[in-house]
Amino acid sequence: MADPKDGKPVPFRGGGFAPKPIAWMGPLVFVTLIAAMEIGTRTGVISNLTLPRPSAVLMTFVSLWDTGLLWKHVVPSLSRLAVGAALGATAGIGVGLTIGLFSHIRAGLVPVIAAIFPIPKIALLPLFVIWFGIDEASKYALIAFGTFTPTVVATYGAVDSVDRGLIRMGQSFGLSGLSILRKIVLPGALPGILSGLRVSLAIAIILLVAAEMLGAEYGIGAYILEAGSLYDLERLFAGVTILSLLGVGVNWTIGRIERRVLRWRV
Amino acid sequence: MDLHLDQITHRYDGAPVLDGIDLHIPTGRIVCLVGPSGCGKSTLLRLVGGLERPSEGDIRQIGTPPDGCLNPLTYVFQDFALLPWRTVAGNIALVLEDHGLPKSRIDAVITDVLARTNLSDFRDALPKQLSGGMKQRVAIARALAVEPAVLLMDEPLSALDSQTRELLMEDLVGLWTRQAFTAVYVTHNLDEAVRLGHRIVLLSRRPGRIRDIVEIDTDLADRRAGQADLEEKRAHLWSLMRDEARAADAELVTHG
Repeated sequence: MADPKDGKPVPFRGGGFAPKPIAWMGPLVFVTLIAAMEIGTRTGVISNLTLPRPSAVLMTFVSLWDTGLLWKHVVPSLSRLAVGAALGATAGIGVGLTIGLFSHIRAGLVPVIAAIFPIPKIALLPLFVIWFGIDEASKYALIAFGTFTPTVVATYGAVDSVDRGLIRMGQSFGLSGLSILRKIVLPGALPGILSGLRVSLAIAIILLVAAEMLGAEYGIGAYILEAGSLYDLERLFAGVTILSLLGVGVNWTIGRIERRVLRWRV
Repeated sequence: MDLHLDQITHRYDGAPVLDGIDLHIPTGRIVCLVGPSGCGKSTLLRLVGGLERPSEGDIRQIGTPPDGCLNPLTYVFQDFALLPWRTVAGNIALVLEDHGLPKSRIDAVITDVLARTNLSDFRDALPKQLSGGMKQRVAIARALAVEPAVLLMDEPLSALDSQTRELLMEDLVGLWTRQAFTAVYVTHNLDEAVRLGHRIVLLSRRPGRIRDIVEIDTDLADRRAGQADLEEKRAHLWSLMRDEARAADAELVTHG
């Protein structure tokens, strides 16, 4: 018999393809990028016209805070976002559910949704201004409309993916249609609806800026538009940073909600 | 309550899956349906419980369900069909909530069925925390909660490993011995059939027809794995099923 010591070890071929959370990686990338910008602009490798100096953006931010202008811009934006997105998401979930549940409505509405989904909603802003006036209502409408279509698509997809075996189980125990909807379909569709909301709310933030570019005195969009037309890059970037933070905040909130209500997920 | 099946024929898109099934399911007995895979035994069970309509023939309930019965024909599914977002107690409550029972009554029923299935300690657990055997116990507890006239069991132990299957068979025998229930029990496992069936109905491969009916008179509680008389019945059933199973295995799949 051969000596086991003569053999060579079996090479390892497994591993990988299993994403795991690495908490420090995200912040590290941010810090590196910002540090590179700072060093680049200070040494002159990057000209001041190409990118603003991050420290200058921070100073702009601090002065926004000090003068109280920050809240004057952020508060109306947040309320527009909240009202518009709430309207759009509620309507979207409602319509998505009816599409998911009723074949006739599905056959009738899916092509309509497919037709309005690719329209850049920004292009419709003048129309909304005529319909709802230049005030808040047209802004709500634009944000709501933009949130609506992706929510519909996510919702009926989520309803389609609810385990039919569970629905048959409900029927076999004689549950009423309403009970099956409330206790089986809705909770089963919730994961899909929530992940759809991540997309819808990001779109809502994009449209918020678009809506505020017309007829708004205060708001993050108005602030960015003003800075842009003056080529004031520091202020432009300060505004954009607020939007990014808003997006991160929304994402984080949905993540928290998911962790709370989807504790049952394997 | 007895069930009576009269000349049941069923077709999917014109292709027959069941052909002329006549069957009587007497109260207080367990009728096992066995057959090679794809013979339509699960389809027959769905017809019996009204989840599908037979193409021809009819299925009748004879007599009235017992008092307090909330759902005469009650399924136990192979994949358990538990709501993952509800606890053990919540899953049982689900099938009681629609009947306008007072909360105290619902709680009492849940406590009772959990005690009967030895699950009292798992009342607030979520399905993801339970093993397969425990999940199926919950599904059985849920079925018992509605006091069914007939239990319709669709390969209830097929998703479980063999040790768990043995334990659950003992549980089912225990439940039946304490209070005889009526059941139609679909399985492809002949060991389960001879351990749990009073009457074993062997179906041929598609289109399913009744090949043979075997009666076993030994009391359920007296049956043991590998017992001589059971082994003999099992061998008889396997000799009939063997060629059917081989032919069925070699067939091309025509539909899901």
